[in-house]
Amino acid sequence: MPHAKLPRKSTNVDMTAMCDVAFLLLTFFMLATKFKPEEPVTVITPSSISQITLPDVDIMLITVDPKGRIFFSVDNKLKRMDLIESINSYRNLNLSKEEKTAFALGGSIGFPFNQLKTYLSASADDQKNMVANAQGIPADTSVTADNNELASWIRSARETNPKVRICIKADGDVSYPNVQKIVKTLEGYKIFKFNLITNLKAIPSGTAAFDDAHANDRKS
Amino acid sequence: MAELDTSSSGGHKKGPGVKKGKKLSTRIDLTPMVDLGFLLITFFMYTTTMAKPKTMEINMPYKDKTLTEDEKNKIKNSVALTVLLSKSHRIYYYEGIGDNPDKSPDIKVTTFSSAKGIRDEIIDKKKRVDAMKRTGELSEKDETTVLIKPDTTSTYSDLVNILDEMNINDVKVYAIVDITDLEQGWIKATEEANGIK
Repeated sequence: MPHAKLPRKSTNVDMTAMCDVAFLLLTFFMLATKFKPEEPVTVITPSSISQITLPDVDIMLITVDPKGRIFFSVDNKLKRMDLIESINSYRNLNLSKEEKTAFALGGSIGFPFNQLKTYLSASADDQKNMVANAQGIPADTSVTADNNELASWIRSARETNPKVRICIKADGDVSYPNVQKIVKTLEGYKIFKFNLITNLKAIPSGTAAFDDAHANDRKS
Repeated sequence: MAELDTSSSGGHKKGPGVKKGKKLSTRIDLTPMVDLGFLLITFFMYTTTMAKPKTMEINMPYKDKTLTEDEKNKIKNSVALTVLLSKSHRIYYYEGIGDNPDKSPDIKVTTFSSAKGIRDEIIDKKKRVDAMKRTGELSEKDETTVLIKPDTTSTYSDLVNILDEMNINDVKVYAIVDITDLEQGWIKATEEANGIK
């Protein structure tokens, strides 16, 4: 029995539409993207209902990793140069110009002052290895203690940029004494207001904050 | 792939003497371009940070050694709730500020869980303070005050969680205070009484 031959359809698809979509998305991501700042350690922050967003500029970030190591960074590249100059003269570190530039371009610092010179003069790869084994910035509950190097960092950072906002980004599993050291140091400088970086979580229903948030919804 | 042969599209044939100029297709294969497009999208999607980090602002109690005892704000025992944060995310709490070393307060234990946790206790405390305000036992200016005292075995997440509870339950006055030896003793005694190691 002769069966009717179906016309074979072409398997080719017009790619133009897909191409359009792909590039539309690409453009969106390119414009919307802001690269993740390089983080020395992974920190999982606890969650809170706070919805205040972190401002973009003038941030002093004190990171505490699960092992309790303290890392310090200032976001403004221009201020970083001033900061290292200040630290250099304050603590007599004898840093060369290249090492200062390395600091200005680098990220967080998690080394005591006696290791800072070695770290800054090392190559990029060595620096990465050193960060993995970093011991963190020594801190103490007393701001005047000689081993409280975090205090020197905070002092210099505030001197070079008085507008700086202090943020603490600590891992949820960090034990309280490690955070207490930072808080006490800040209190020593009469800083009683600072930010804790947290993740966002939903407001539990049936609470005062929940009612408050929804009262605003109804009004607007 | 995506091209269409247009060279043989015309149905009408030209005369035998007419030379047919070969028409080249104007369609280009777009597949590699799409591939590239998606590759870049993937790259940008991975590297991008969409959500800006959120922060929680905290105000520590102002401490100045020059302040005299009279200038310091005294907290009334009846508005205060002291919360002690301890290990394994346990919370010990008691009414008042625990200023009487001879009389150990009634220490209760709870957790951060949403059912019968610290939140219920805070809400309850607020209700009690409001009731006392109505009866005139407390003046209108009095606010529920929570004293947060993390001990050395608590974690940072406990601290953030309890501060978050303050925001959730709209407690206007709260402070992070150092734990006293007395209170650490009370925690220890409570732990021993309950057989917690």
